Amino acid sequence: MDSRISEPVLGPRSEDTLPASVTTAVKVVIVGGFGVGKTTLVGAVSEIRPLTTEETMTQAGAGVDDIAGVERKTETTVAMDFGRITLSDELVLYLFGTPGQQRFWFLWNGLFEGALGAVVLIDTRRLEDSFDVMCRLEERGVPFVVAINAFPDAPSYPMSELREAMDIPDTVPLIDCDARSRGSSRDALLTLLRYLHTLTTTPPESR
Amino acid sequence: MSDPTHDRPRTWEEGGPERLYVITSGRSVAAEDGPLDVVTLIVTKKDVPGSGMQPEHAAIIHICDYPLSVAEISAYLHLPVSAVTVLLADLLESGHVEARAPIPAASLPDVELLEAVMHGLQNL
Repeated sequence: MDSRISEPVLGPRSEDTLPASVTTAVKVVIVGGFGVGKTTLVGAVSEIRPLTTEETMTQAGAGVDDIAGVERKTETTVAMDFGRITLSDELVLYLFGTPGQQRFWFLWNGLFEGALGAVVLIDTRRLEDSFDVMCRLEERGVPFVVAINAFPDAPSYPMSELREAMDIPDTVPLIDCDARSRGSSRDALLTLLRYLHTLTTTPPESR
Repeated sequence: MSDPTHDRPRTWEEGGPERLYVITSGRSVAAEDGPLDVVTLIVTKKDVPGSGMQPEHAAIIHICDYPLSVAEISAYLHLPVSAVTVLLADLLESGHVEARAPIPAASLPDVELLEAVMHGLQNL
């Protein structure tokens, strides 16, 4: 974007404002590799056009693509798209899409704190991208469900094979999802919420 | 280089560290001081920006007539969340805005809250 702060800052369009009565905001994180459909999913269910927040990552310019002898730092801007669903006069849900690759895990600080949980979005053509993500979420104690975004040209595996191949615990819901579809994306979120509900209402020893 | 984007004057790099340093006066908010989450809702209380107020502060006051999350403010101002939280800390201290805190991080969320979220999603 090319706007400057010296120009009037455009806030939300009037139809995008939240009711003044909203008191509680919750968040769910959609995590997955590049091109897996995170922003598509967010856009499918969001009431606003997905917005983008950016963080800048500064790295020392070491690496193969540097010109020899030129010391420089590389600035990488990492964008995170998010959307919003007003659930009632008091309650609003935010959905954040965040890249799953390890080098972007710095974005996760602050993002997963207080999050209800996560939807791990998977492309069956690139299953290996998702192993680290699930391990990392487990380490952080973030409850998650796994949704397979059904790309038309992606190989289709039986759920049981996928679950085994990806080492997904039996208790973790694994579902098909069409991230372009509002209904299907909403169902993925509902699956997460039902799972969280089960976790909350089931004593740990009987899980 | 013939890259057209390099032809115009580049006084500030959007989001560049120098610009952010100036906007925040080089400050950052320590995690333990910053109760602001990306989904903390911010609402303007005093709609009269003080004279001589930094434009970024005035912009926040201007766009938060209705509640906006920290993430939304970041998106509309084209500033990283880390810079926005510094600016918001100023405005919270001066009483220009108030924060509606999100649900505190807990190991597991409250059942009633989960049911309210489910109910809302089912009505989509």
